Amino acid sequence: MTILPELALVLAALSFFGLSLTRHLDTAQMRNAAVFFGVLVFVATVITLGRSAVLFDGCLQVDRFSQFFKLMISSGLFFVLAGSQKMNGIARRIRPEYYMFLFLSCLGLMLLVSATELITLFVALELSSFSLYLMVPMRDEQTAGREQMEAGIKYILFGVLATGFMLYGMSYIFGLTGTTYLEDIALGLQKTASRSAAFFAVVMVLAGFFYKLALFPMHFWVPDVYEGAANETTTFVATVPKLAAVALLIRFVLLVPADAHVLVTLMMVLALCSMFYGNLIALVQTDIKRMLGYSGIAHAGFILFGLLTMKSGGYAMAMYYITGYVFMNIACYTVLCHVSEQGENLSIGDLAGLHKREPFLAFLLALGLFALAGIPPMVGFTGEFMLLAGVLKEGPQFLIPVILAAINAGIAIYYYLSVIKSAYTTDADDRTAVGINPLTRISGTALIVIIILMGIFPSRIISYAEAAVKSIM
Amino acid sequence: MNSLIIHNGFPLLSFLIFFPLGAAFVLFFYGGEKFARYWALTVTTIEAAVSLLLLRGFDPATVKFQFAEVHPWIPRFHINYILGVDGISILLVLLSTLIMPFCVLASWRSVKTRMTQFMFCLLILQVAMVGLFVALDFVLFWVFWEFMLIPMYLLIAVWGGPRKEYASIKFFIYTLAGSVFLLVAIIALYLKNGSFFIPDMMWQPYSTPFQLWVFLAFFLAFAIKVPMFPFHTWLPAAHVEAPTAGSVILASVLLKMGTYGMLRFCLPITPAATLMLAPYILWLSIAGIIYGGFTALAQHDMKKLVAYSSVGHMGFVTLGIFILNSKGVEGAILQMINHGVTTGALFLCVGMIYERTHSRELRLATGVGKFMPWYVTFLAFFALSSFAFPGTNSFIGEFLILAGVFKENIPLALAAIPGAVLAAAYMLRMLQKIIWGGVDNPDQSYLSDLNFREIITLAPFLVFVFWIGLSPQPFLDLIHTSVLHLLEQLHGMNGAHVAAALLK
Repeated sequence: MTILPELALVLAALSFFGLSLTRHLDTAQMRNAAVFFGVLVFVATVITLGRSAVLFDGCLQVDRFSQFFKLMISSGLFFVLAGSQKMNGIARRIRPEYYMFLFLSCLGLMLLVSATELITLFVALELSSFSLYLMVPMRDEQTAGREQMEAGIKYILFGVLATGFMLYGMSYIFGLTGTTYLEDIALGLQKTASRSAAFFAVVMVLAGFFYKLALFPMHFWVPDVYEGAANETTTFVATVPKLAAVALLIRFVLLVPADAHVLVTLMMVLALCSMFYGNLIALVQTDIKRMLGYSGIAHAGFILFGLLTMKSGGYAMAMYYITGYVFMNIACYTVLCHVSEQGENLSIGDLAGLHKREPFLAFLLALGLFALAGIPPMVGFTGEFMLLAGVLKEGPQFLIPVILAAINAGIAIYYYLSVIKSAYTTDADDRTAVGINPLTRISGTALIVIIILMGIFPSRIISYAEAAVKSIM
Repeated sequence: MNSLIIHNGFPLLSFLIFFPLGAAFVLFFYGGEKFARYWALTVTTIEAAVSLLLLRGFDPATVKFQFAEVHPWIPRFHINYILGVDGISILLVLLSTLIMPFCVLASWRSVKTRMTQFMFCLLILQVAMVGLFVALDFVLFWVFWEFMLIPMYLLIAVWGGPRKEYASIKFFIYTLAGSVFLLVAIIALYLKNGSFFIPDMMWQPYSTPFQLWVFLAFFLAFAIKVPMFPFHTWLPAAHVEAPTAGSVILASVLLKMGTYGMLRFCLPITPAATLMLAPYILWLSIAGIIYGGFTALAQHDMKKLVAYSSVGHMGFVTLGIFILNSKGVEGAILQMINHGVTTGALFLCVGMIYERTHSRELRLATGVGKFMPWYVTFLAFFALSSFAFPGTNSFIGEFLILAGVFKENIPLALAAIPGAVLAAAYMLRMLQKIIWGGVDNPDQSYLSDLNFREIITLAPFLVFVFWIGLSPQPFLDLIHTSVLHLLEQLHGMNGAHVAAALLK
């Protein structure tokens, strides 16, 4: 019963498949069903949290590491479902299919973080990716014209390209080691004669996950997909899959011998490029989803800072940071989903007077953005601070990168602040009040509490993450 | 940890930090405007009263940190929750608690919209201000240092004047950008020492290049906060646009965070770099004094005038700090308090006239003396204090600073004198215009004099103006030991440094 969460997800997907065959669709019931399944998955994850198992001839390995990510994925899924109650970006008649793909994608991600064999891993990744590829163009045409089609095609083309890189890398790995099991691969790569071939293979595979994490230079899809997808879809695409991407990045970085200076330098350069690129371009965005997309590219750079230490502490920090990032972003996107009346995209000006239209959402948004900007005592600050401290600890050669990263934290504040300014300091004019249901209020409050508490008391979750990472090292 | 005197019993400092925080959250649940006003007044008054207990238990004879509280916080990074006050910080803590009830009173009517949120911001700001002055862990300090930006930003951006957006964003970005390197310096110090405990970082034999870099990172952050010329440009904008209470807090407490940072961090952590760079900073201070004076002389906007006078006054403070003798540093600390009292009161005065005329133009406020005798009486005393008239508080501060400077460097002291003269010029110019004006005064007969609430608001400031002015000894006693210790260590450290260099 270790895979109870996965089974719950399958059940959810099948139920919605059944629903999609019927004609009479009650939106409220469907919404409640989705939230119910979200809770079910979360509960199933919590119940099985302590267990570990090796399944399917060692292809799936449920250990502390994957349990950590499964817990975060399931809670992320719950908050996404609870936060996108209006669902007005998706046409009513295709909502069952939409939910089905959402749960399937989650299923893919959960399998992905447990996968320890290349083929399984690939299948899980494609399961989650193809569901997402389909969810992006499912946006209601009345709200967005046809830009969701462009977004969908961009997403799938770039995605397939990235997958191609990854498969190419995997074929190298197989060629070098003759196995598809990660455990054996790690041993095989240590012994392999051709260091550069091994390095090349790992980098190719990493590139595939860089794509998922939206790291420079694999970030091209981000702004257009975020903008073209419905607000609810973006909420999911921008958050939960990145958890799995970090999990897999850690798994693959662990394969490399610890003294891989070239890889460290490469990741360092990519991290810094990502930060500068994301932050500088975010400065001039007017569409909030695009802005958050670029800010996500910058944050991906910070996460890489944790990985390049190649130590359990650094990995734990990256896990902590991505968890915080997911919660902060869901908080912001929840607000967007509610403020957008017909499911249209929002510009920064559309948030004007939010403090009057719905004070709770304004507060949630401000807290999420201040946290993303790294203002203490929220989780964004704690993560950023500990990542920088952790990297600088590795040696004085990291001083300049750390200074550059710190400068980036300074740049980023401007665009976050401009959104807060719009929500808090301008008047509503004739904009209407924003409705909010009790469930969103509860989940929003939970997000606020999580964002603050994770920031003030990071110790437990970091030791938990570190123990998880150590279990697979 | 032997630099602490652990306080057993009631955690006074934690109470001062968390009481306003808890009180602020009450406003989430009871949001009435009237309730918010009275609630904020009650809370800040209790806070001020409780903070006075610090004086009772404070031992001015020791250099250790008193009322200390130590709790582990993030053991993984050796981050602890450590609080404590010494002679350098105690007056600043008291200043920041005592000034708050009057900020609430000053906003009683002048804040027209979103009163509950305004009071929420004030209470949150109180948390950050007290926390910053008592934090003895660098991460804790940093948390308060950065967090304080949020309520202050909102005070300016929501309740500010016509150019509030520009001013608030400039304030936020300027301060945040300045402290970016501070963060890196903190991490670098942590890696050298293995903990974030501030007293452990002091007086360590860091290499001179390391000290120089750390000093520059510190200095950039603190000089922007002070603000020192040429980093002062955010200040007039922020002051002019901020609501009265915001201006008062900004002038009285927030600017002191910069000079407090210099005293607490620059001098003890990077003594060699301090001695090396002090001459340049001294002349920068002179530049600030003269520049602030001249620009204040040219202002037509009363708030801008007071804002630029702040640049000048804070120039005196940095002058006193970096002259590095006991008179100078004691004068600087006293002047920090004086500036808080006097400039805070002047901003209150400007706010009161603004409530009546809805303009800060000096031209439109001329000749009000006839109709507002109480008001101009207060204003006159505060203005006199502002240019250090004997008998008022600033005289003691500036006198000590100048005496300290004369002892070390006569040309420098002579260069500072015109600043004092300029202060008299711009303040008397303002006074003359407001009280008497000329033959073309606008019709001021509609003005009503100060009401009871406003007199209550201003009177305590006046008390402190004369108290410190006529009997400064009790205040100096509080800071004397800590300052002497600081300077002894600093010069002793330098002696050892030179000796070590010679032996090589």
